[in-house]
Amino acid sequence: MNPVLEITDVVMTYPGSPPVTALAAITLQVHEAERAAVLGPSGSGKSTLLHVAGTLERPGRGSVRIGGREVAALSDAELSAVRARRLGFVFQQFHLLDHLDAVQNVALGLLYRGEPARARRAAAVAALDRVGLGHRLGHRPAQLSGGERQRVAIARAVAGHPELVLADEPTGNLDSAAGQQIIELLAGLAADGTAVVVVTHDPAVAAAMDRRVVMQDGRIIADEAVPR
Amino acid sequence: MSAGPPASQRGAAPAGLTSEERARREGGASKAPRRRAGSLSAELVLGGWRGLRARKLRTALSCLGVAIGIAAAVAVLGISASSRANLIAELGAEGNLLTVNAGQSFDGSPAPLPLTAEPMIARIPPVESVTATGYVAGATVRRTAAVPAVDSGGISVLAAQPGLLATLGGRVAAGTFLNAATARYPAVVLGAVAAQTLGIDQVAPATQVYLAGRYFTVIGILAPVPLAPEIDEAALVGFPAADSLLGLGGHPTEIYLRAVPDQMQPVASVLPFTANPAQPEAVQVSLPSSILAARAAARTAFTGLFLGLGAVAVLVGGVGIGNIMVISVLERRAEIGLRRALGGTRSQVGLQFLTESLLLSGLGGVAGAAIGAAATAGYAAAAGQPAVMPPADLAAGLGVALVTGVLAGVYPAVRAARLPPAEALRGW
Repeated sequence: MNPVLEITDVVMTYPGSPPVTALAAITLQVHEAERAAVLGPSGSGKSTLLHVAGTLERPGRGSVRIGGREVAALSDAELSAVRARRLGFVFQQFHLLDHLDAVQNVALGLLYRGEPARARRAAAVAALDRVGLGHRLGHRPAQLSGGERQRVAIARAVAGHPELVLADEPTGNLDSAAGQQIIELLAGLAADGTAVVVVTHDPAVAAAMDRRVVMQDGRIIADEAVPR
Repeated sequence: MSAGPPASQRGAAPAGLTSEERARREGGASKAPRRRAGSLSAELVLGGWRGLRARKLRTALSCLGVAIGIAAAVAVLGISASSRANLIAELGAEGNLLTVNAGQSFDGSPAPLPLTAEPMIARIPPVESVTATGYVAGATVRRTAAVPAVDSGGISVLAAQPGLLATLGGRVAAGTFLNAATARYPAVVLGAVAAQTLGIDQVAPATQVYLAGRYFTVIGILAPVPLAPEIDEAALVGFPAADSLLGLGGHPTEIYLRAVPDQMQPVASVLPFTANPAQPEAVQVSLPSSILAARAAARTAFTGLFLGLGAVAVLVGGVGIGNIMVISVLERRAEIGLRRALGGTRSQVGLQFLTESLLLSGLGGVAGAAIGAAATAGYAAAAGQPAVMPPADLAAGLGVALVTGVLAGVYPAVRAARLPPAEALRGW
């Protein structure tokens, strides 16, 4: 199995007095179709890890490889292309644009891949179908429930068939029933070969993954398979 | 609910991707593909437009300043262009009218020119048409003999030729002008002001005025002649009638002529010798259109002031747009972070905000140009002038608006572009 994400010896320090070390020499590999939950108390560095893995933040030291490619040397445009083609993001707050309907929101996820509008729309409709929202295509976020909004966000993340989906507390704003649907969707992505890394406090999310990575004070203190 | 991909995408397990998709993925990370450009610029405008439409009131208010400024500038330019067009219409396309007179005699009345003056001037080749008037000294015009002679109303009596109106570009408001027949009889045509002074506004067969001791029949009333206001205040009789009834002696006092426009200067230089070879220094030549043009220029002196006010309004509007865009960048941190996460580059995010700023100012510019053009049309209609809106002025108005949009949008765009994506997404 090829590693989709290789984080090696990454250190991330934020300036201040005293400086805050968010990541202290983290090493982590995630393989194709692997599902990993990242757990840990607030401030343990989970979100920073996700940002570094998503190339949204450059690490202070260490190496980040996505699909075998070192990202430290890439320009802004090249990094953006990596995000557009290889990565998908799911956020706790959904981050849907209020003035766009579901299809337009999902199609936005393909905008920066440079595909023509018609292809983007077709892929968006297919992705919404896949998350069970084929009947909500023209609805705006305000007309959707929280669970439906997060499903639109997942459709946006996976519409371009990324290699790696990074989710930050995807069930944090949802009740348990809606959360369960999201968990099933994320867990099901692996069938497609997509790797999933979920930062979460939710034990139900962690239980649905293959692997559990526990962080504390910027270090990985446990990395184990989830017992089935 | 099934979380798996649709059947068409499931095919090649375990990756579940077609070879084409895989190839696209592999190539993707190396470089941002170039073919994005066209689709993205359309998407930028469309996306910006959707965003502005979602915030209608804010959009309208942001556009307002630029719209007011552009409207003021366009209206001022349009109104002055309309006035200019009106003036040109008054001058008669080229403004090629010249007048010749011999100045004033000791008592202030116009001095006579030689009898040969008019036929000699007519022989100058570039002269297209020529006509003469002769001032009848001491003649007064009153409504009846019962009106005291001192109440002459300042109306002068001029002998005129039938060709006067053709040369001056004047027209008859009522009745007819003098012709070869009526020029011999006690018939009179009143200038616009003279008719008003006498209280005559229509021409009936029995309408008469008391002119220099006898009654003349009024056969016509003239419309105002902007190039020769002295005609407006005159009562015109024919030269033969002036000679026989008023003792003029045929001497003209004022000669009007039109020459080929590009020969005005040479014609003007030979006029004194032609009009009065014996005393060329006594002859005065003037170009009435230049006097009118100077008067019109004085009237448009306010143009600069209003253009300045318009510029200030556009400036304030531009600052308003910049302000709104800065607020927009702050409000939409999450959207900026999201777009960066979805693969938007710094320049694409910056361009998006620049495009929105341009759309705002462009909307303001279009609205302002439309309002300004409408104001011009309204003013011209009210003033009875032709409505003229030079396309160059409209284009300049829009151009100024767009430049304002770029200037106002650069700083917010740079801020949006520089926002680190992780920071933009954090805390949401």
